[in-house]
Amino acid sequence: MSTAIPYTSEPRPDTGVHNVKLGIWLFLASEVMLFGSLFAGYILLRVGNPAWGAGQGELSVPLATLNTVVLITSSVTMVLAWAAAMELDKTKFRLFMGSTVGLGAVFLVIKYFEYSAKFHHGIFPDHSTFMAVYFTFTGLHAAHVVAGMVYNAYLWLPNAKMMDSDPRMFANRVEAAGLFWHFVDLVWIFLFPVLYLL
Amino acid sequence: MVSDIQSEKLAHEHPEQHEELGFLRKYWFSVDHKVIGIQYAITALLFLFFGFTLMMLMRWQLAYPGEPLPLIGSLFGETRMPDGVMLPEFYNQLGAMHGTIMVFLGIVPLAVGGFGNYVVPLQIGAPDMAFPRLNMLSYHVYFWGGVIMLASFFAPGGAAQAGWTSYPPLANINPVGQTFWIVGMLFLILSSLLGAINFITTIVQLRAPGLTWFRLPFFVWAQFVTAFLLLLAFPALQAGGIMQLMDRVAGTSFFMPEGLVVAGEVVEVSGGGSPLLWQHLFWFLAHPEVYVLILPAMGIVGEVIANNTRKPLWGYKALVYSALFIGFMSFIVWAHHMFLTGMGTVMSAFFQTTTMIISIPSVIVLTCLILSLWGGSIRFNTPMLFALAFLPMFGIGGLTGLPLGLASSDIHLHDTYYVIGHFHYVVAPGTIFGLFAGLYYWYPKATGRYLSEGLGKIHFWLTLIFMNGVFFPMLVQGLQGVQRRLFDGGVTYAHAQDVLWLNELMSFSAWGLAIAQVPFIWNFFASLKTGRAADRNAWGATTLEWLAPSPPPHGNFVTEPTVYHDPYEYSVPGMEQDYLPQHEPGPGDEGPGEGAPEPQPAGA
Repeated sequence: MSTAIPYTSEPRPDTGVHNVKLGIWLFLASEVMLFGSLFAGYILLRVGNPAWGAGQGELSVPLATLNTVVLITSSVTMVLAWAAAMELDKTKFRLFMGSTVGLGAVFLVIKYFEYSAKFHHGIFPDHSTFMAVYFTFTGLHAAHVVAGMVYNAYLWLPNAKMMDSDPRMFANRVEAAGLFWHFVDLVWIFLFPVLYLL
Repeated sequence: MVSDIQSEKLAHEHPEQHEELGFLRKYWFSVDHKVIGIQYAITALLFLFFGFTLMMLMRWQLAYPGEPLPLIGSLFGETRMPDGVMLPEFYNQLGAMHGTIMVFLGIVPLAVGGFGNYVVPLQIGAPDMAFPRLNMLSYHVYFWGGVIMLASFFAPGGAAQAGWTSYPPLANINPVGQTFWIVGMLFLILSSLLGAINFITTIVQLRAPGLTWFRLPFFVWAQFVTAFLLLLAFPALQAGGIMQLMDRVAGTSFFMPEGLVVAGEVVEVSGGGSPLLWQHLFWFLAHPEVYVLILPAMGIVGEVIANNTRKPLWGYKALVYSALFIGFMSFIVWAHHMFLTGMGTVMSAFFQTTTMIISIPSVIVLTCLILSLWGGSIRFNTPMLFALAFLPMFGIGGLTGLPLGLASSDIHLHDTYYVIGHFHYVVAPGTIFGLFAGLYYWYPKATGRYLSEGLGKIHFWLTLIFMNGVFFPMLVQGLQGVQRRLFDGGVTYAHAQDVLWLNELMSFSAWGLAIAQVPFIWNFFASLKTGRAADRNAWGATTLEWLAPSPPPHGNFVTEPTVYHDPYEYSVPGMEQDYLPQHEPGPGDEGPGEGAPEPQPAGA
């Protein structure tokens, strides 16, 4: 018997999914618990601290709003990239996946300006518990953005030739990358009001 | 054209079919679940031995506080044991690292990484894990996490010394060894996460044709639930670890209260954090972790008992539902570790209720395993002895937990040696006996040879006696009120005087326990060459792993197996041999077809 693993790209008939799809959903379940723990910690710290919010006035709501728009747009281009991968249209795939990676970079650049403005005013994570939460949560989110961008860039340029050799597997990879990217987007949708507005 | 490309791809991904692999690719960077399982098992056994050594050093200090350790005492250096006398700081390092190493680097990697990796794909008839390269990665991440933990002993100020629970603010202000601890732990969490995704995907996707959910061996179910616990509980500690790392490195105050005074001076932090938050995050992981420790052992014991009573497990479905219910409930009992933190009676009432509820499925599991013995013609081989001893030992561990789960009695017992005794009964003569049973049971599968029965029995009886010699006196001391984590074993406390003599008994039992492992270690290595050769079905067993050759080749099975019935069809009436393997059609079997009738629960 060969060592080939079954259902790497074909769905298993009785479960209806292929291995990668199940794997990425399980990973996201774990990520939900990670960010869920962080948000639970945020609630406990906030209700237990009468001096909550020191430094919140320094945050830039317009920049964060812009970043929200950037990330949501990148989720749209991600879906379009997946659709292009399903239609085996490599030009469109390259365009949309490139846009997704580019928008991720725009997000990080804006984030960089936000961070450096804080540092410029002498506000670091040890300024207050609020700023500790702000830097830690957004920092962890930014790390997820970087991870997503690295994998998306891999699919965008070196891996895209797989569209010719194993299109089904390639579409699966794009789908998994897309699920992760939407999750990262979703985390930001929670972070934005919690940190900037509430 | 397409098939050409695919076969090229196959050749690229599975060169082992075409060429011999170099040593590194075959034994260190292997993607074969069996090699990875053995890597995990050997690394974890070494860590278990190392963690045990730390404890033996502590036991010297507890039995003879302040006396220089003879012979080897001077080897530890002036910062740890000047003139062979242990410093309190070093005792604290040994205590914190003993707990951390035994739980996170020893038992879980052996039970899940070792046994799970080796046995699960074989038992479900799969060629390998669903993600072989991820599997390799999870071992290597675990390995480097372990290296970081070990390296912390050489950090300035020594290893972590705030206990295996790393409670802040103490953990925040301790020397840099604590930072090593957090970083090492983040590695271990990542490793468990990757492993858990792999296990669940493998069990869901790669079951052989005909292997429906209720035909899975109980061990696979146990690993399935365990993987969910690792997947969903560990991220809480990941979050806590990241916050503690920020507190230590970036000077934040997630866990630092305002106005904290250390050594007579107010600590300069912004404050406003909550030390209690760490405890919630830690125990949200660490209580499910207890079930991560015990469930795989229960699974192994189930396999061994069915095999050696030569009859189906009693109440197979009840076992499965209990394991699932334990998994679910284990997420909502964590704060029973925190009754003394002043979190309020409403919280305590909730968590003691859920704790009493979770004891029910645990009792069902134990009851099913005991009732399985009824009327069986039991074979008392070494795996079975360990499995049988697991039942009363885990029973003691479980029952002594009840007074700790109720707030009113926990107030008296909290942080005493009673807790240490209870926990060790669950994990040492409980889980470790289960793991020994598994080692003796599956050794012939992995090597093609049996371990020696004679040495195995010596190992078993000595281990059983000495384990109880170590842990039972702890319950007695704890009821007397002797606190844990005292570096002098309680000599300065009036209420401890009556039970101090037990310290010497426990220490000699611990050293005896070490000697009792010598026959096992000898047996383990010598049997590789001189052990009695084992048939592919070494124990006359029914589950799929015994269909594969011993040791199984890469890819496991010669032909893909098909499953026809329940996992434990022993002593089927009207058959000549007393077992009916899952892959053989039996009398009255039509086949594995989609419409096959749902099999009746075993023993119904």
